[in-house]
Amino acid sequence: MLEIGLSHYLAVAAILFTLGVMGIFLNRKNVIIIMMSVELMLLAVNINFVAFSSYLNDLVGQVFAMFILTVAAAEAAIGLAIVVVFFRNRGTIAVEEISQLKG
Amino acid sequence: MIKTLDLVPVLPEIFLAVAGLALLMLGVFRKEDSTKSVSVLVILALGAAMVLVSSLGGDRLVAFNGLFVADRFASFAKGLVLVASAIATAMSLPYLEREKIGRFEYPVLVLFATLGMMMMISANDFIALYLGLELQSLSLYVLAAYNRDNARATEAGLKYFVLGSLASGMLLYGISLLYGFAGSTSFETLANLFSGGHEHPVKPNMGVIAGLVFVLAGLCFKVSAVPFHMWAPDVYEGAPTPVTSFFAVAPKIAALCLMVRVMTGPFADLVEQWRQVVTFVAIGSMFVGAFAAVVQTNIKRLMAYSSIGHVGFVLVGIAAGSTLGIQGVLIYLAIYLFMNVGTFAVILSMRQKGRMVEGIDDLAGLSKTHPMMAFVMAVLMFSMAGVPPLAGFWGKFYVFMAAVEAGQFTLAIIGLLSSVVSAYYYLRIIKVMYFDEPVEAFDKPVGTSMSLVMAVSTIVILAFTLIPAPLVTSAKAAAQVLFPAAG
Repeated sequence: MLEIGLSHYLAVAAILFTLGVMGIFLNRKNVIIIMMSVELMLLAVNINFVAFSSYLNDLVGQVFAMFILTVAAAEAAIGLAIVVVFFRNRGTIAVEEISQLKG
Repeated sequence: MIKTLDLVPVLPEIFLAVAGLALLMLGVFRKEDSTKSVSVLVILALGAAMVLVSSLGGDRLVAFNGLFVADRFASFAKGLVLVASAIATAMSLPYLEREKIGRFEYPVLVLFATLGMMMMISANDFIALYLGLELQSLSLYVLAAYNRDNARATEAGLKYFVLGSLASGMLLYGISLLYGFAGSTSFETLANLFSGGHEHPVKPNMGVIAGLVFVLAGLCFKVSAVPFHMWAPDVYEGAPTPVTSFFAVAPKIAALCLMVRVMTGPFADLVEQWRQVVTFVAIGSMFVGAFAAVVQTNIKRLMAYSSIGHVGFVLVGIAAGSTLGIQGVLIYLAIYLFMNVGTFAVILSMRQKGRMVEGIDDLAGLSKTHPMMAFVMAVLMFSMAGVPPLAGFWGKFYVFMAAVEAGQFTLAIIGLLSSVVSAYYYLRIIKVMYFDEPVEAFDKPVGTSMSLVMAVSTIVILAFTLIPAPLVTSAKAAAQVLFPAAG
């Protein structure tokens, strides 16, 4: 029977992290999808921390994961607030419309 | 046995946190607009924090079970950050009142961002580093989008938020790998593990190196070094000008000091691994800072590329990885602070008929309409270009000297070449001010706080050559604590 070990968790986290990064760069539609991708990256990091924490028998990783969850919530709140003011000014949150500033 | 909590080393930070909360309450409960009074109180609080930082003395003090460290390096860096934040707050007030976007949250956000920077500078563990960095970043995202009825400001805020969170994600992923493959998040334990002083030393394996590179990439984002610089020009241009003047100085200084601490602390013995990365980033930043700025017409965008170039020069000092290099970094940052606040005081005074203008062409003929302002700008531009005997030259001199001493000749030569190229656009500003026909004079009066900032920064830049000793010796003492082995 297949034993699920550290490397499986790390592989899942690496895939999720890559999906998050790809989601930010390849997504051409909507800012909300970018915010979801950011969350995905942070969750990948949390999986890493918890897996390592259990593997190393060390609690610091789980404490760190708690801090990341807390800060991620604050970050999402601020991000959504910025998206709302952006929508009020421009009437859209399509990614290709975020292009007034360039040079 | 119950261990008592020793809070003395954290006193400046606790004071700022309490002051921030109290000022938030004050702003909410006062009926009339309280931007001005809260701003003044924030500046006073920053000054008091400065007194507390200097009263700690230079001894190495540790708090929160080794998560937080206060030493000479931290107090030097915190001094720079506090000065930068206080000046930025003072320069913002007239602008906010004029543009009628004054809200008391603005100075409080600056205060919380400063608190985050101080936590970053004193971090002695990756958890403390992450929390400080996020407190700073979250406040800065809001500040970038502060002018919420302006489409460009909100776009700047949105871009900064998305790329900033991407950077935080990369930093965290790197930290998680380091934690897993080395087994600790504490700077001291990591330094021990890598140096072989620990009973189970860790060889720099793939996991550790991947983690190191991710951490470096995240930090490079925060200091806007190439190839992670793309957010800086957009954010600098879109954000309200006082916010830009804050962004260009305090967060940069804090993030670079954090980078110094990480590179010389936990990664001191991985210098062979990170030096190549830092060298590459330094060369890229210097080149982009020099070449991309040449074609700019907006002065805020030009300052963004200029600051990318300056970050490249600072990274040369970090790449040297020696006491001399870090001393050069600290001297460069102190000089950078005064050059930038002075320049932004001039930029904030660029108003025609009550409207802010941002074009470089709008400076035409400044020498005839505002001779003093033109003189200040000329001194600052010459200093940024690195023309001796101004202070900017000495900043570059110290970092390049450290690079040569560390055997990094290519880096020093490339640095010199890009500094020559960047002289072109600094001198172009002087040419526009002194040799072009005036178009329309800027509004008068400039305002006391602006004139004061211009005067002080010009005096510092001019006087550094005559009396360099105070800055040079304190920078040296601050750099030495990072290299205890060299004694």
